[in-house]
Amino acid sequence: MAEVIRIEALTKNYHTDAGEVCVLKGVDITIQSGEFVAIMGPSGSGKSTFMNILGCLDKATSGNYFLNETDTTTLNKDALASLRNHVIGFVFQGFNLLARKNLIDNVALPLVYAGIGAKERKVRALEVLKSVGLEAYATYLPNQISGGQQQRVAIARALINRPKLILADEPTGNLDTKTSQEIMDLFCELNDKEKITIVLVTHEPDIAEYSKRLINFVDGRIQHDGLTAHFQASHV
Amino acid sequence: MIFMMLQEAWSAMSANRLRTFLTMLGMVIGVGAVILMSSIGAGTQAKVKESIASMGSNLFIVLAGSMTSGGVRIGSGGVQTLKMNDASAIEELSSIKAAAPVVPGTAQLVYQSANWNTQVSGTTPAFFEVRDWPSEEGSVFSDSDVRSATRVAVLGKTVATNLFGDESPVGKTIRIKNSPYIVLGVLASKGQSLDGRDQDDTVMVPITTAQTKLFGSQFKGVVRFIMVEAVSESVMDKAEEEMQVLLRDNHKLRPNAEDDFTIRNLTALANTAAETTKAMSLMLAAIASISLLVGGIGIMNIMLVSVTERTREIGIRIAIGAKQRNILLQFLLEALMISIIGCLIGVCVGIGGAYGVSAFFPISVVITQSSIVISFLVATCVGVFFGFYPARKAANLEPIEALRYQ
Ligand SMILES: Nc1ncnc2c1ncn2[C@@H]1O[C@H](COP(=O)(O)OP(=O)(O)O)[C@@H](O)[C@H]1O
Ligand SMILES: [Mg+2]
Repeated sequence: MAEVIRIEALTKNYHTDAGEVCVLKGVDITIQSGEFVAIMGPSGSGKSTFMNILGCLDKATSGNYFLNETDTTTLNKDALASLRNHVIGFVFQGFNLLARKNLIDNVALPLVYAGIGAKERKVRALEVLKSVGLEAYATYLPNQISGGQQQRVAIARALINRPKLILADEPTGNLDTKTSQEIMDLFCELNDKEKITIVLVTHEPDIAEYSKRLINFVDGRIQHDGLTAHFQASHV
Repeated sequence: MIFMMLQEAWSAMSANRLRTFLTMLGMVIGVGAVILMSSIGAGTQAKVKESIASMGSNLFIVLAGSMTSGGVRIGSGGVQTLKMNDASAIEELSSIKAAAPVVPGTAQLVYQSANWNTQVSGTTPAFFEVRDWPSEEGSVFSDSDVRSATRVAVLGKTVATNLFGDESPVGKTIRIKNSPYIVLGVLASKGQSLDGRDQDDTVMVPITTAQTKLFGSQFKGVVRFIMVEAVSESVMDKAEEEMQVLLRDNHKLRPNAEDDFTIRNLTALANTAAETTKAMSLMLAAIASISLLVGGIGIMNIMLVSVTERTREIGIRIAIGAKQRNILLQFLLEALMISIIGCLIGVCVGIGGAYGVSAFFPISVVITQSSIVISFLVATCVGVFFGFYPARKAANLEPIEALRYQ
C-alpha cells in the first residue's frame, strides 16, 4: 500500500492578542492509501486546525507534510490550489455551497478551475449527483433542499475530480442521526468501492465506528492512534 | 472558460441590480459628459473655423478713430478721420494687395410687396476681392459704377431670398430708401461670422452712391473703415507698420500725437479666437473627464464592498482549487463589464444629449468618432485600473481566512 499522507513533527501556532497560542504541539502521522481514519478529541484540541493543514487550506508553523510524497511546505499558492483541486476533496461541516448556483453548477465548479469544458462538466456533474442520489434535484438551489441533501451535494463536489483523498471535518455535525448514517454509508461505499482514502473528524463515537483506524487528539497532541475497536473498548 | 467567466460576472452583477445600476450610473454620466462636452467643443471649433475661412485671408481692418489706453475705441460714429484717398494710398503700398473703403448703414429695401430692413454698405469692387466673396449669380459692380455713383446693388444671399424668393433678382429694380437701384448680382453665401451675425444679410452698393445719395452728402469722401488684404502672411507685420506710417503722414499727425485711426489684424484676432475655442473645448473635455474618474472610483468602491461581502464565496472557490489568477480575472471582468456596459449606455446618452442640445439651443455640435473611441478606451482602462486593486485583494485572500469570514 502506498502512503498518501506523512506528517512529521507538525506544529501550529496562532498569534493572538493574548500572545502565541500553540494549538498543535508536534504531530506525527502516516496514512496509507485506502485507509478510513476517524479523528476524535475534545473540542478545542486542534482537530480542525489539523484538518485544514491536511487540506492545504492552512500552513503549518513547523514540521513536514508530504502528500503523495510531495513536500507541500515548499509549494506555492497555485500548486497548492492544484492539489486542492485534483488530489483532495474537502467536506465541511457547514457544507459551503455557493448559494446563488444550482446544484449541478456547484458540483461542477472544481472542474471549471481544472479547465474542463462546459459539456463535459455537465455530464460529469450529473453523473456524480446521481451517485449521491440527487440527480432529480440538479437545477435546485442549495436552500431548496435539506441539510442532509446539501451535504451529499458537497460530497459530490468533493468527488467530482476523482480525488485520492477525502477530508471531512465533522460532516455530520449539523445532521440528525438518520441522515448522518446515510452520509456515513456513502463514505464507506466510497472507501470500499473506489478505494478513496478518507479522513474524517467527528465527536460522536457512533460515527467513528464506521472507521477502522482512530486517532484521538488531546490538547494538540495524539493521545491514541490505533484500531477504532480498541479505542472504543477502552473508553466505554 | 472566458464565456463561463463572463456568465459568472453577469450573474454577480444581476445578483444586486440596484447597486450595479448605481455604479454604472457613474460611468454613464462620466462617458456621457465627455461625449457631450467634446461634441459641443468640436462643434464650436468647426463653426469658428468656417467663419475664419469665410473671412478672407491676411486681413486688416483700419477703423476711423483712435484707441484709448484701455483698448476701447471712442466715438467711432462721429469721427471722420478716414478718407477715400487713405484707402487708395494704402493700396499703393508694396505689402498690400488690395484695400476697400467701406461706409456702412442700414436701410429699408422694397421689391414689389416684399420689404426687408438690412445693412447696406457702400464700398469698392476691391471689397469682393479682399473678402474673397464672389458673386453667385450676375456680377458685382465695377470701378466705373463707383466713379459715376450709379444706383446699382449687389445682394447678399439672405436678402435675395427674402425679397425675391425663388425669382432671380439679377436685372430687377429694388427700392432702397425709396430710390430705385438695379440689382447686378447675388453674392455667394458666407454663413455666420465669428460673432454670430449672418454675413449674407447685407447689400453692397458703390461707395460713392452711398456717400452722396444714400446716407446724405455730409459723408462725402468720408469712410468708416477700410478692409485691407496684405500680399502674404509673412508681410503682415510690415504691412501694419507701413500703413501706420502712411496714415500718420497723410493725416499730418505730429510725432507725439496719438493715431486718429486703429489698425486691427483680423487674421491674428481670428487665430486667437480659434485658439481660445480650442482651449475651451479641451477644458470642457477635461472637466468631463473628472466625472469619468469619479465614476471609476465608484466602481472601485463597489468592487471593494463586493469583495468583502463575498469573502466566503471566494474562500470556497479557493478551497476547491481556484488559482489566484482565476479570482483576479473574475473580479476584473466584473469591473470591466460594469464599466464597458456603463460606457455603452454613456455613449448613447452623450450622443442623445448632443442632439438634444443642438435641437434646443443655438449650439452646433459635432460628434467625433475619436471622442467615442477615446471614452471607450478610457472607460476600459478605468475599469481595469480601479477594478485591479479589489480584484487583487480578493485573489490574495488566504483560503482559511476567507472560509472563516462571517
Ligand atoms: N484563527 C485562530 N486564531 C487563534 N486561535 C485559533 C484560531 N483557530 C483556532 N484557534 C484555537 O485553536 C484551538 C484549536 O481549535 P480547533 O482546531 O478548531 O479545535 P477543534 O476543531 O478540535 O475543536 C482552539 O483553542 C482555538 O481557540
Ligand atoms: Mg472543529
